[in-house]
Amino acid sequence: MAKATVREAEAYNMLVKGFHPPRQVARNFIKAYMVGGSICVVGQIILDYLVAKGVPFVQASSMTSSTMVFLGALLTGLGIYDEIGRFAGMGSALPITGFANSIVSPAMEFKREGFVLGVSARMFQIAGPVLVYGALSSIIVSILKVFVF
Amino acid sequence: MLESMRRGSSTCVFREMPVIVSAAAVCGPKEGKGPLGPGFDLIYKDTLAGENSWEKAESRMARQAVEIALAKASLSNNDVDFLFAGDLLNQITASGFMGRELNIPFLGIYGACSTMIEGMGLAAALVAGGFARRAVAAASSHHDTAERQYRYPTEFGYQRAPTSQWTVTGAGAAVLANEGSGPRIESFTAGRIQDYGIIDPNDMGSAMAPAFVDTLCRHLEDMSRGPQDYDLVLSGDLGRIGSTVARHLLKEKGIDLTGVHEDSGLLVYEMTPEICSGASGCGCIATVFAAKVWKELSAGKLKRVLLIATGALHSPTTCQQNESIPSVAHAVSVLGV
Repeated sequence: MAKATVREAEAYNMLVKGFHPPRQVARNFIKAYMVGGSICVVGQIILDYLVAKGVPFVQASSMTSSTMVFLGALLTGLGIYDEIGRFAGMGSALPITGFANSIVSPAMEFKREGFVLGVSARMFQIAGPVLVYGALSSIIVSILKVFVF
Repeated sequence: MLESMRRGSSTCVFREMPVIVSAAAVCGPKEGKGPLGPGFDLIYKDTLAGENSWEKAESRMARQAVEIALAKASLSNNDVDFLFAGDLLNQITASGFMGRELNIPFLGIYGACSTMIEGMGLAAALVAGGFARRAVAAASSHHDTAERQYRYPTEFGYQRAPTSQWTVTGAGAAVLANEGSGPRIESFTAGRIQDYGIIDPNDMGSAMAPAFVDTLCRHLEDMSRGPQDYDLVLSGDLGRIGSTVARHLLKEKGIDLTGVHEDSGLLVYEMTPEICSGASGCGCIATVFAAKVWKELSAGKLKRVLLIATGALHSPTTCQQNESIPSVAHAVSVLGV
């Protein structure tokens, strides 16, 4: 049978699953924790440094975020962040540096397709959904705040 | 009426067996450092190969594989009647752009990672049928062009699934002729598309294993042979997982591949964790054949080899629409010198 029936397909998917390598959950957790934690420590050091220099906390935290975005973009440009991501998984994808990576990497990738249809059109290929659903959920939460709480 | 060259349900057996007079392989740096390294005819130090885009680099590698293969057989472009070529890019541009430089009648083909064997089978049929004196089959792939088309931008930091495979940066070409010395193509079994409902594009080995099994079984039945009649059954890019699944499926049918089966996907790289389940891409079996198997056949180390390349015929669009992955496998048997 060229196209398997639903039952055959289910049986085959079950069979194949048995041959997949086990997911290294514990190892991945530890790697993600170590790398993600290190990124946060760097952020904390920058924040503490700025506060110690007398920058007001609100401004210092925005400056920290900007600095971390810059570092993420820089490491992406140097071709290092993808290596970190391959190792750390969510540990480097979740912090704001990962967000920078998700925007800078397509921008770099599609430079050859031009600045309009390449860089700018593709820049939010990965980050786009995060922005859309981030904005959407913030609106929902705001509405809830106004009417419910 | 012409005497048929068909045997059994689906195999062509060539009366005048086309000779593979030459083969060449070109690759990128990572492949050059792999176990096949010394077998390559040209290894580029970086994946751009002196071009300004990866697409151009892939096309260049494909062209050079053809040119080197022709030069090794002391042939010029004008001596070739047909060029069969294909790759993984949309509209097989790496091959089309290569054809632009070569001035050889060009037939573009797409069989995903089975393209090389599809091309060799078609080229062999034209040569054996007397429609061509010489024909070239070529296939190419490139890790970076495949990543950006099928997955993410190359600098995006994410963890690869352990079932995924690493696309080979490289190209292989084989020159078939109606005379000369070298390994001979004995038969060609074209595959039927198989779809067992795998929807994960990061698990192509599992998607392609049933196609491999179907083509292998039909070939063996048509030829009244068993796997032990071959010195080597070389699959395209099933990878570690696909090979295990395929062997399991075959064992259920009473066919034991122990000792004769090798997978091209496990021969190109040192199997580091980064490679995950193995190598893949049109360039996988194309380079393994040109850099290793063709040489061993020519030296008489291998007497009879069955090449079965599998291809997953999905696209990013079909995967996003949750379609399962149809797969195909084509087989060519080659006799050593």
